[in-house]
Amino acid sequence: MAAGDMRPVAAVDGRGSLLAVVALCVRYLPVLIMLAVWELVGRSGLVSQQMLPGIGAIAAAFLDLLQSGELVVNAWRSLSRAATGLGLAVLVGMTVGLLMATRPLVRTLINPLVRILYPMPKSALIPLVMIWFGLGDVSKIFLIFLGCLLPVIVSAYNGARGVNPFIVWSATSLGASKEQVLREIILPAALPDILAGCRTALAFSFILMVSSEFVIAKDGLGFLIGSLGDGGNYPAMFAVILTVAGTGFVADRLFGSFVSHRLRWKEQA
Amino acid sequence: MTADFGIKIEGVSHAYRGAQGQNAVGTLALKQTDLLIHHHEFHALLGPSGCGKSTLLYLIGGFIPVQTGSISTQKGPVTAPGPDRSIVFQNFALFPWKTVLENVMYGLQKKGLPEAECRDIAQAHIKLVQLSGFEQAYPSQLSGGMQQRAAIARTLAVDPDILLMDEPFGALDAQTRRVMQEELRMIWKRRPKTVVFVTHDVHEAVFLADRISIMSARPGRIEHQIDTGLGPERDESTLTDRRFVELGEQIWRLVREQAVLASRGGL
Repeated sequence: MAAGDMRPVAAVDGRGSLLAVVALCVRYLPVLIMLAVWELVGRSGLVSQQMLPGIGAIAAAFLDLLQSGELVVNAWRSLSRAATGLGLAVLVGMTVGLLMATRPLVRTLINPLVRILYPMPKSALIPLVMIWFGLGDVSKIFLIFLGCLLPVIVSAYNGARGVNPFIVWSATSLGASKEQVLREIILPAALPDILAGCRTALAFSFILMVSSEFVIAKDGLGFLIGSLGDGGNYPAMFAVILTVAGTGFVADRLFGSFVSHRLRWKEQA
Repeated sequence: MTADFGIKIEGVSHAYRGAQGQNAVGTLALKQTDLLIHHHEFHALLGPSGCGKSTLLYLIGGFIPVQTGSISTQKGPVTAPGPDRSIVFQNFALFPWKTVLENVMYGLQKKGLPEAECRDIAQAHIKLVQLSGFEQAYPSQLSGGMQQRAAIARTLAVDPDILLMDEPFGALDAQTRRVMQEELRMIWKRRPKTVVFVTHDVHEAVFLADRISIMSARPGRIEHQIDTGLGPERDESTLTDRRFVELGEQIWRLVREQAVLASRGGL
């Protein structure tokens, strides 16, 4: 391939960073095309500027929100809720999933609940959760926790069930106890599956963060989208929506590079 | 009996449950098996596939519970896996997220030895299997032969009384296999242990073992026991030794009989 041939040359004459930028542009070309189409449709008058504000208007609104501090404050509120809910879900989900895989009693008790709860849309619980926990942070964190919990449980359970039994036998014949097998063998062996489940949960946490803040919140990005929309400030509303998308994208990429670092033992195969 | 036995197997039968649970008729893998393996003997279990030789090995290892009969070692009856009976599997079963050094150190850490001592003992065993320089490699970075060396080092490091080997070279290419056989025999000479080596390769069994048990087609029993009488030294010249060649042919005929029975049994 041409790109392969060019890389070493670029490294020598210092054009490496330029090439990296070009590669990045090529990779995200579809996004650029979408933005261009967006702008053209807006200008052509096919759709009113109200419904689909131009990229320039959105960018201006974004800068305004950034300068006023509104965006940062609300993003911080939202992300701390998402992180708390997700973090709790990972801890609890991993434990429950591993225990389900290794303790038949736990499996019998919890498996039916997991199967029923997984496909249920968690946002349908918003009114109920509001009654239980009120309008504060707890209700939103609980919803995010619940939504993120199930993919983590299921992935930990499947991962642990799929562990090569000979690896477990090797560990026991080297003197590992039942607890040690669970913590030192089954957990790391199931980690690729668990981390894939966590990545799904990460996306769920963003979705639930915004949708719960729509309904029950006095701050946060979801609240901001709702109130800007209600006030008819569509450029600003789009700016916040795109901020959520961008933040979610960055979070996913960061998590992805954490995963490939953590699972570097897999890659050389 | 004498105190110098390695493993005593008496009247062991083993049935696997059918797929339908208790209602279905189970498969009888072993039937009234008796076998006495001497202390520090290299013993090969040979037989057609499905004859229950791996089952017998897993029973000795304590990985599956003894249903009828008894299995005992110098430490008493076998009830659970333990570091006195360490095992090497065909598929290596290394911990893929640990480096070679960490793999070999694992059993030593379970013994509660101080970290520095674990490291020293592990290094010595990595050297023994000629993997020096690969301490920090992950299993996925190693060839099949190197992975099996690492697995053998991990097993030997905990200094088991009994070494169980489940077709350990079955997944390796012919050349690597030959080299590993010679090295295993050499390591065994330097560090004598009671070895139970499961294989379906007649020449591998004759080359490695002091004594060979040939198992019958399912349900498995010990059908024949043969002293190889090839002496402690095994190397390239063993392969052309007249006794090696004759034994190979004689044992091949015995195994073939059982293999034919197995295939007629409609397995």
